[in-house]
Amino acid sequence: MSNNTQTNKSWAEHETILEIKNLHVEYSSDDKPVYAVNGIDLEIKEGQTLALVGETGAGKTSTALAILGLIQQPQGKITQGEIFYEGDDLLKLKDSEMESIRGSVISMIFQDPMTALNPVLSVGDQIAEVITLHEDIDKESAFKKAGQIMEQVGVPGERAAEYPHQFSGGMRQRIVIAIAIACEPRILLADEPTTALDVTIQAQVLDLIRDQIARLNSSMLLITHDLGVVAENANEVAIMYGGEILEKGSLADIFHDRAHPYTIGLFNSLPSFTGEKERLSPIPGHVPDPTQLASGCIFADRCARATEQCHRSKPEVKEISPGHLVKCFFPELKGDAKHE
Amino acid sequence: MIPVMLGVVLLVFSMLYFSPGDPAVYILGDMATEEDKALFREENGLNEPFFVQYMLYVKNAVSGDFGTSYSTKQPVFSEIMSRFPTTLKLASLSTLLAVIFGVGLGVLSAVKQYSWLDNVTRILSMLAVSMPNFWLGLLLILLFSVQLGWLPSSGINSWQHWILPAITLSTGPAAAISRMTRSSMLEAIRQDYVRTARAKGQKKRKVIWKHCFRNAAIPIVTTVGVNFGKMLGGSALTETVFAIPGLGNLIIDGIKVKNAPLVQGGILFTALAMAIINLIVDVLYTYIDPRIRTQFSAQSAKKQSLKKVSSNA
Repeated sequence: MSNNTQTNKSWAEHETILEIKNLHVEYSSDDKPVYAVNGIDLEIKEGQTLALVGETGAGKTSTALAILGLIQQPQGKITQGEIFYEGDDLLKLKDSEMESIRGSVISMIFQDPMTALNPVLSVGDQIAEVITLHEDIDKESAFKKAGQIMEQVGVPGERAAEYPHQFSGGMRQRIVIAIAIACEPRILLADEPTTALDVTIQAQVLDLIRDQIARLNSSMLLITHDLGVVAENANEVAIMYGGEILEKGSLADIFHDRAHPYTIGLFNSLPSFTGEKERLSPIPGHVPDPTQLASGCIFADRCARATEQCHRSKPEVKEISPGHLVKCFFPELKGDAKHE
Repeated sequence: MIPVMLGVVLLVFSMLYFSPGDPAVYILGDMATEEDKALFREENGLNEPFFVQYMLYVKNAVSGDFGTSYSTKQPVFSEIMSRFPTTLKLASLSTLLAVIFGVGLGVLSAVKQYSWLDNVTRILSMLAVSMPNFWLGLLLILLFSVQLGWLPSSGINSWQHWILPAITLSTGPAAAISRMTRSSMLEAIRQDYVRTARAKGQKKRKVIWKHCFRNAAIPIVTTVGVNFGKMLGGSALTETVFAIPGLGNLIIDGIKVKNAPLVQGGILFTALAMAIINLIVDVLYTYIDPRIRTQFSAQSAKKQSLKKVSSNA
């Protein structure tokens, strides 16, 4: 479990720093709209890490890009919703105001370090770019500072003049992290930061990210589909499926008292390391078609507990214990048999 | 480069050798006596067998002697050099125009893909690429010289004289450059590093120029180089239409009278210019893309170490 939880403060007691309300993101492809994000609510708390967990195509990356205002134009657009940071709705800010927030207040670590860096600019220049954008500093000192930041993320500073192709994948991800933390952001959006890396490097990179946000006392939105990564890093977890958040709660809520059938299915499809050799039980069916909006519960088609009501109408979000929210008519509550 | 040159010489040489027509007749005229013609052939080595003539030409060319023009009795090299500055001036001017319009419009239409500007640019460049430039030249003369009387139609006496030829010559290359720029910029704009740069808070316009353009530059530089090289060889048609005393005109005149040394020299020169431009373009690649630079330095490092090993052995 992460160091932050040892403060014994539940995540709910921290100040909210970023609040997403009823966010909808749509992409248009061949006249058919793709509904990527459908009305999600999220809060990122000061100094806390919120894990956004879900399968590929659940809308996690779109959520992060929406926060930065970087949804791919002109195909994608935010059709509804608000994203509040310090009382301002980020979606209503002017381009120039948003540009001053990007990279300095909110920054992002991208999934694939092999493509996230510009191949024709030196890594030092690429780190220095974000520094010169947000700090009153000349190019030379920015480049020097870039070298220092490289040292912080475990890359020798004298390699600042080298180009991305001269680095390994893990090293490149460290550079991407260096760009993200260069201006000491308050919120870090980490979009599957280790998915593209070798397993042996993943732990190192995660440790690095954790150390850096602890040092800066930043908040993090950690996007991942790896529940192991969640357990190691997050304070709060939101489970995303088909563009909706189905369950949200503290790390303990999700790992010990998960209530949504989807969350339970997700955990049941993990191999156990306790030695018992059971068959894995995958969730039957496929992820929902994002070009079709479901009238009922988005998970109903694959849910063993679904009734006619689930197919017909959307469940409301229920708070089954303080801070533990479930979007389901029939959540499995404590005391129910959970792990058969 | 040397094999290319030898190949070019062989090709041009055989074409001129085997094509019908006797230079002696063209140069000396119909009234010349048989003795005069025989003397002319003897003097210029035209009675020798094909391979002897070829070897002789190559041998002389290597030592810097490209022969004497049949019609003016001047060394071919000095003939070419007297025309080259004009051609170079026209080629540079046209390339400059082509780069400004081609790159500018290409970037704009990539950034605003499928906008009206993009559509107009694409249609115009399709037209410009397909249009024969002598025809465009004639149209421009008709409009600006004949109808409006704004610009002179032929010669190179003042700066106004350069405007129409430069526009004529640059249209095709500008279109080619804009199409290349558009497609390689479109590819660059979709790359992940663009999103990284935007996530840093960089402005859209700066991302386009600082991040995308350098990545898109290699095919653009290639297109510019190829077109500039072509123009350096003299643009026979445009020069003829506007009566510009350039390299292209010189070669055309030479072909008319089967002035073999002049034509060979001219084409050899053209090939050389092309090869040099290609070399420059290759060198530019290493400035644009550090990955190519690394490749080169890795290769030379290998050679160095091989040399060391062999000298140690």
